[in-house]
Amino acid sequence: MNAHEPSLNGSPGLPKSNEGDPVFDEPWQAEAFAMTVRLHEKGVFSWSEWAEALSHELYKPGRRADASDYFDCWVAALSRLVTELSITSQDNLDRLTQSWQRAAEATPHGKPILLENDPER
Amino acid sequence: MTSEDAMHNHDDHDDEHDHDNHFSDMQARVKALETILTQKGLIDPAAIDAIVETYETKVGPRNGARVVAKAWSEPDFAEWLRSDATAAIASLGYTGRQGEHMRAVFNTPETHNLVVCTLCSCYPWAVLGLPPVWYKAPPYRSRAVIDPRGVLEEFGVTLPETKKIRVWDSTAELRYIVIPERPAGTEDLDHEALADLVTRDSMIGTGLANPAGDAR
Repeated sequence: MNAHEPSLNGSPGLPKSNEGDPVFDEPWQAEAFAMTVRLHEKGVFSWSEWAEALSHELYKPGRRADASDYFDCWVAALSRLVTELSITSQDNLDRLTQSWQRAAEATPHGKPILLENDPER
Repeated sequence: MTSEDAMHNHDDHDDEHDHDNHFSDMQARVKALETILTQKGLIDPAAIDAIVETYETKVGPRNGARVVAKAWSEPDFAEWLRSDATAAIASLGYTGRQGEHMRAVFNTPETHNLVVCTLCSCYPWAVLGLPPVWYKAPPYRSRAVIDPRGVLEEFGVTLPETKKIRVWDSTAELRYIVIPERPAGTEDLDHEALADLVTRDSMIGTGLANPAGDAR
């Protein structure tokens, strides 16, 4: 990673604490943030590619007035980047998303949710 | 206590079974991204967990510490928490799926409480904050039930032999919060300062509340 490359903490609109750390309403938001940090550190995309993808989602019409959908936009931007970079297809991502949902529903309490729990896999 | 006493019977709630676990669209989408990126060798889930853990104190409202502080300073609230934790916690404005159906278990000089959970999707992070990474490991759960004293010692918590340890297993319907013992020498602290002493680990029973000197 380029030492002069800004960190993802500087992402436009990122909710932060008074100390300047990112804050998350739910665990999945922190996971999405962490994945993006790793991909950026590995040089999978540059800061400007990320900032552009995120801004594109943030400035779409129909956003919630209270910005509570900030990380929805974040995940949409990340999804868009990984498909544009041909890491996966939108179709594959959608199918896998549904598969995880079926896996969760099929997992009884007390067992970890695993992708292979999807009855259709 | 024996492991039989410690474990809840998961078969009690067959009618609820289908609703045990659910991923929101966003949760599922993030899992899908993680799966693909891991398969492609672009991320390592352990590295992601490690990054997330650094934000442990930055996720969710983490209002459990304030619940504990209030219980320490207000006997009436403590009593309410003991009899109906769900309502007592909700009275502070802390509601939401993960905060529902809570039960508070109180540490005493005689008894220490420890909570286990498989993190299927019922971990009450809104109240407790993010779970520790090792919480996900199946060996933690099984060992905590069989040898809670040994597990606690590994976390640096050595309890007197005479202290009983009770292990509580979260169910789909009921989640636990441990009310740790109030540290000595905290009589003059206000709610805010008391809440600062209440760690995530102390509310799942793998730690104790911090000593008084740690208040900010």
